[in-house]
Amino acid sequence: MSDYLVLSGILVVVVGFALRLNPLLVVTLAALATGWLADLGIIEVISAFGAAFNDNRYISVTWIILPVIGLLERYGLQQRARALIEGVRGATMGRLLLLYLGFRQLTAALGMKDIGGHPQTVRPLVAPMAEAAAEKTHGKLDEDDRQKVLGMSAATDNVGLFFGEDIFFAIASILLIQGVFESYGYPLTPLQLSVWAIPTAICAFLIHGGRLLAFDRRLGRARK
Amino acid sequence: MITLEWLYVLAGIIFAIWSFLSLRDTTNGKRLGNAAFWGLLSGSFFFGGQLSDFANGLLVLALVGIAGAGLIGRSDPPTTSPAERTDFSGQLGNRLFIPALIIPLTAVIGTILYNYTPFGETGLFEERRETLILFGIGVLLALGTCMVWLKPPVLAPVEEGRRLMDSIGWAAVLPQMLAALGGVFALAGVGDVIGQIAGGVIPDENVFVAVLIFCLGMVFFTMIMGNAFAAFPVMAAAIGIPVLVVEFGGNPAIIGAIGMLAGFCGTLMTPMAANFNIVPAALLELKDQYGVIRMQVWTAIPLLACNILLIYFLAF
Repeated sequence: MSDYLVLSGILVVVVGFALRLNPLLVVTLAALATGWLADLGIIEVISAFGAAFNDNRYISVTWIILPVIGLLERYGLQQRARALIEGVRGATMGRLLLLYLGFRQLTAALGMKDIGGHPQTVRPLVAPMAEAAAEKTHGKLDEDDRQKVLGMSAATDNVGLFFGEDIFFAIASILLIQGVFESYGYPLTPLQLSVWAIPTAICAFLIHGGRLLAFDRRLGRARK
Repeated sequence: MITLEWLYVLAGIIFAIWSFLSLRDTTNGKRLGNAAFWGLLSGSFFFGGQLSDFANGLLVLALVGIAGAGLIGRSDPPTTSPAERTDFSGQLGNRLFIPALIIPLTAVIGTILYNYTPFGETGLFEERRETLILFGIGVLLALGTCMVWLKPPVLAPVEEGRRLMDSIGWAAVLPQMLAALGGVFALAGVGDVIGQIAGGVIPDENVFVAVLIFCLGMVFFTMIMGNAFAAFPVMAAAIGIPVLVVEFGGNPAIIGAIGMLAGFCGTLMTPMAANFNIVPAALLELKDQYGVIRMQVWTAIPLLACNILLIYFLAF
């Protein structure tokens, strides 16, 4: 029974997020609760948390991109992205995001997963383009719809990345699968694994792509 | 050799400038909180490697305290007006995209060259960190290009960066914090307990139910941990290998590859995957912090069903 007590950290996380408490606070409480219930001393838990935080600094280092993006926005990058889309005949939000989904999946499948991303492409380029394309076909969007278009732009980047990257054989998740199976006596090559990411990638393109086009149609209907 | 440490120093400098500029920014009512928050993060980049684990832990608690007490706020550094931006966009044209493209292209092309040409034998970059280091080089190249070409005021890049950073706020360190929580969970053996529970509910003789529990377990555990990497070894050890492969004779490559992708469906539905779900909501200034997840749920659920059926029909 006492084993199950370490799961209370999970409970803290679920309840904390559901109550929309500050996520940093939720995560810290979860870490402290988990460590305490696993019979670690307070110093030990804080040290473990600090060490793990320090080991993962490489995650936050990517914010050094912000001065470049901010500077380009100062000189009208978002406006340029909008103007570019407004000039393309037949450009709709659904088609634009569908194209971006395919582009993101294909480039990720070729190992170029760093070509997109939220600070690099979604905020300065994809989201303003999607908004401009939606306004071009449907007229001015109300705030709720505008928020949905922006949210869908970010969602499309995620779906494209997640269900493209595993087709590339030299990616961390494929190497992890290989490592786990090897340790249980099933030697597999990365290529053997990565080809089986293709069926799901096709399903992801069809499902999310279909949703993008349907979302565009729904925006149009709401306006009539 | 260029190591990750160089990048940490660069980040430390940028965060230190943000902290200093925040302190001077009297238009922001929460300037002290902002200055302290970015200052601590700067300290972590400069000195994290030298500090003891406990000191790093106290630094994290201080960051959490500042954010949790609501002491950081958005700032509004002087910038160009929307009308000026439209004018600039007209004058500068599509060339504006070039600096933005320098960063991913440097990272991607550099990584390819480094891994597949003799360039890699120079050992110029720290092992396995070449993409991140090349990303940093790309940022500097793009910044240099912008400064020479656009000739902005000297402080403009850091002030514009600070505007974006403050709009993201505490969410900026959430991904790193969640990775740290994963470390604590691992130490406490959370994964093993979940694996035991999942392994205990498998009925005999039913392949479909076993596949279903394997995939749902991947999704559930991925949602808790915020990434499928932590979930995969646990679920593979509990169900994937002993039940699906050994007992029912499934194809290990298919079970492994698609099982991981079932976990990715969980990543689309959890605030714990902050990098993908919470940070962009902040970056796009959405009113609902779950605004991105909301748009992903109805892709994730049908796709999960596809993954379950794919494993069931392809692997057996």
